[in-house]
Amino acid sequence: MTVQAMVPRMTEICGRDGVVTDPAELRTYECDGLTSHRSAPALVVLPETAEQVAAIVTECARAGVPFVARGSGTGLSGGALPHADGVLIVTSRMRKIIAIDPVSQRAIVEPGVTNLAVSTAARPYGYFYAPDPSSQVVCSVGGNVAENSGGAHCLKHGFTVHHVTGLQIVTPAGELTWLGDGTGAAPGYDLVGAFTGSEGTLGIVTKIVVKLTRIPQVITTLLAAFETTGAGGAAVSAIIGAGILPAAIEMMDALAIEAAEAAVACHYPPGAGAVLIVELDGPEADVRRDSAAVRELCRQAGCTEIREADDPAERAVIWAGRKSAFAAVGRICSAYIVQDGVVPRTALGEVLDKIAALAEASGVRVANVFHAGDGNLHPLVLYNDASPREAAAAEEVSGAILDLCIQHGGSITGEHGVGMDKSRYMPKMFSADDLATMQLLRCAFDPAGLCNPGKIFPTPRLCGEVPGVRRGVHPLAASGQAEQF
Amino acid sequence: MTGASVPGALARACRAVRPAGPRDAVAGVMPAWVASPDSADEASALLAAATEHELAVVPRGSGTRIAWGAPPSRCDLVLDTLRLDRVLEHAAGDLVVRVQAGVTMRRLAEVLAAAGQQLALDEPAGPPNGARVALPNGARAGSPTVGGMLATGAAGPRRLRYGTPRDLVIGITVVRSDGTVAKSGGKVVKNVAGYDLGKLYAGSYGTLGLITEATFRLHPLPAATGFVTAGYAGTPAATRAVAAAAASDLAPAAIEIDRPGRDAMVRVAVLLEGDPAGVSERAAQMRGVLGAGTATSDTAPPWWGAVSPGEHTGSPAERTVIRISFWAGALPGVLDAIDTSASAAGLDPAVAGSAAAGVLHAVLGAGAAPDAVAQFLADLREALAGLEPGFAGGEGPPARASAVVVSAPAAVRDIVDVWGPVPALSLMRALKDQFDPGHVMSPGRFAGGI
Repeated sequence: MTVQAMVPRMTEICGRDGVVTDPAELRTYECDGLTSHRSAPALVVLPETAEQVAAIVTECARAGVPFVARGSGTGLSGGALPHADGVLIVTSRMRKIIAIDPVSQRAIVEPGVTNLAVSTAARPYGYFYAPDPSSQVVCSVGGNVAENSGGAHCLKHGFTVHHVTGLQIVTPAGELTWLGDGTGAAPGYDLVGAFTGSEGTLGIVTKIVVKLTRIPQVITTLLAAFETTGAGGAAVSAIIGAGILPAAIEMMDALAIEAAEAAVACHYPPGAGAVLIVELDGPEADVRRDSAAVRELCRQAGCTEIREADDPAERAVIWAGRKSAFAAVGRICSAYIVQDGVVPRTALGEVLDKIAALAEASGVRVANVFHAGDGNLHPLVLYNDASPREAAAAEEVSGAILDLCIQHGGSITGEHGVGMDKSRYMPKMFSADDLATMQLLRCAFDPAGLCNPGKIFPTPRLCGEVPGVRRGVHPLAASGQAEQF
Repeated sequence: MTGASVPGALARACRAVRPAGPRDAVAGVMPAWVASPDSADEASALLAAATEHELAVVPRGSGTRIAWGAPPSRCDLVLDTLRLDRVLEHAAGDLVVRVQAGVTMRRLAEVLAAAGQQLALDEPAGPPNGARVALPNGARAGSPTVGGMLATGAAGPRRLRYGTPRDLVIGITVVRSDGTVAKSGGKVVKNVAGYDLGKLYAGSYGTLGLITEATFRLHPLPAATGFVTAGYAGTPAATRAVAAAAASDLAPAAIEIDRPGRDAMVRVAVLLEGDPAGVSERAAQMRGVLGAGTATSDTAPPWWGAVSPGEHTGSPAERTVIRISFWAGALPGVLDAIDTSASAAGLDPAVAGSAAAGVLHAVLGAGAAPDAVAQFLADLREALAGLEPGFAGGEGPPARASAVVVSAPAAVRDIVDVWGPVPALSLMRALKDQFDPGHVMSPGRFAGGI
């Protein structure tokens, strides 16, 4: 069945204003936050209920049509990149906060609810939702679940997977079911843990039970300036080595500082080669002690200036530069690649030096803005998009940075996901057996291979296919739903 | 099983294979052989050989929890992990450790403590400063292995702050039933590359394959710990105290409750960790939260983390331990459900656990007749299923609580459903079919007969 033939049924399910068929309008969905990959979907549907999602997926499964879920479309790895011959299921109309249960420290929300909205709803009770990706004003909790989103404060508070205790999903066969019971200790396999971070390949989440975290007694933010990123990196190691667990440790290098200064006049110490932002939260006495210790460790690491703010307005001033950094870098170049590699934090200094050497050797500018506390680098590789030569050089440097991360025992992605963007790097990190074993999970949920196909894994084997053994044509290949390479 | 050729095939795969003895029984099921591989490669060859000969395999570490879960439907080969005993890499500066599955938690704790660090799960020695943790109904004494702890998903009081094994594992290496060695995750704390198989294997009771290696996120040992304890004459006052402690901004690391019998004094204890001055300041504030009759101490009360607190619960092997998980706000309703169901069955279980984290254990002693225990369990499950959510709207998960028999004497285990109802069981069965198509890994031990 073609996708066009499904329009009447989809209109029955979602209503006329819940189905998009106009080519110009379809094109507005052609990419997510990773704009270098584009593919307009054949059809967009905007369900308002879990039952509608189940009905949509049931139709797709019956027709053998691939489908992709999308929340707010802020993802940075092309995880929500539509399938050209498939249906894009957009959850942005499912934005009800169903319940806040402060005594159980839980909330139940629909997938289209924005990340920040959960914290806003929980604040009157003294709680917040801890994972805070920098897109939290717009990004959806459903998307956070798909990507296992992190954020600046996951150093102490953990990632999405640590804060989700139950998921209602529509399976790729169209069945509505709950994974987990909201307790975080349901009997059976931890399907909530396996589903979180599966990048939309195991089903579509329709309700989420999240943990709420008590708002800390005190929050204080320190800004420390250093001459070099190496010195800043040494301070990070010293802080962690001293047994201090800050809520966040962020670093920016000179180029990122320069861009932020030009964009938002954040007034970071002039001439700094690197700044560290260290945020501490918790009971007052502990925060005071840790703050004094962090100041001393920064001084020992050669810090040239240190500031501290503990009221919300002053803290916001310190964070302004960091939060504006990605957009600010966009003002000093026509295009850039956001990288998302991870290295053990003790290797930070060495890897940063090597990135600088790579940049210098290739003539490509690299701005570093990153989550230093957990070794999650976000090098921004700058280029002129009018020059194919520069674009190719930037792509090469970006890939070489990932190689560096792998060589140092790290990862190709800390929080943005593999998606469309990095599936080709997966074999550098994982063996064929590792990938085949991960694929078993996929096959248990989505044997037909229709749910967000083509993401995460480089040309995976079809479910049921034995390596090295060909037993005739796979039914999916025979029916034209899949190709074998 | 194909008879005489089997030991040869196993012996070719692994240098240490021996016939099983009576002490190797798994929840009453007698295996034929015990093999102790000393590398993932040996384990891989063993599993491939076992699968080829259709042998059912049960992994075993220290054996402290070998009696947990349902008895296996078959068990030919026990795969002993104790020779996989190396701490492979402790990257202290990165707060990460990579270990083989057979390392005991006690040994790991010693290695980590030398660097002022910990794997923040309360085993085997509990929180630092001498607090005691009794192992629930251990079939063998001793310290559990890392692999066993991970496979059973076990955690103690500090789950409130640090979570359970699934929250701390960042990388895993497993051997599937066909001998395939596979890993996921890595050795950095922040990593979203590929599916996270560590989550799937945590708490999988050996049914998806053998865990040979795991990498964990570590935490610094706290500079100081303090306990605030209180006693209450009735359950309502105690549950109010638990809720108040949980809602405070004093950052409790654990909140435990202990009630040896229905009419006994209910004890509540709160653990605070951190800066020494801060801990004593917060302890004073926490006393205010808990109300009259409180005390502070830098050591844990004797019942801390123990799931067998009753005066008349008998020896560990005779006890039935039922783990009840629930939304913390439902604590009063859960205690009611326990009392109502127990009274109807003529029982008076001891109840203890991590009340604020939504986990309690109900413990029954040798005197409890198996029929009565079975009735209690059935009634309790029904009552838990009918618990009113503590909030408006019925749109959450249909089940918000569960009761699982952690361990029990054979007479009880044989007549109850150890696991009870499980959400999304059909997906779990599909997973089992993918990872272990011949159903040779710990068959029958897990939820839904998996």
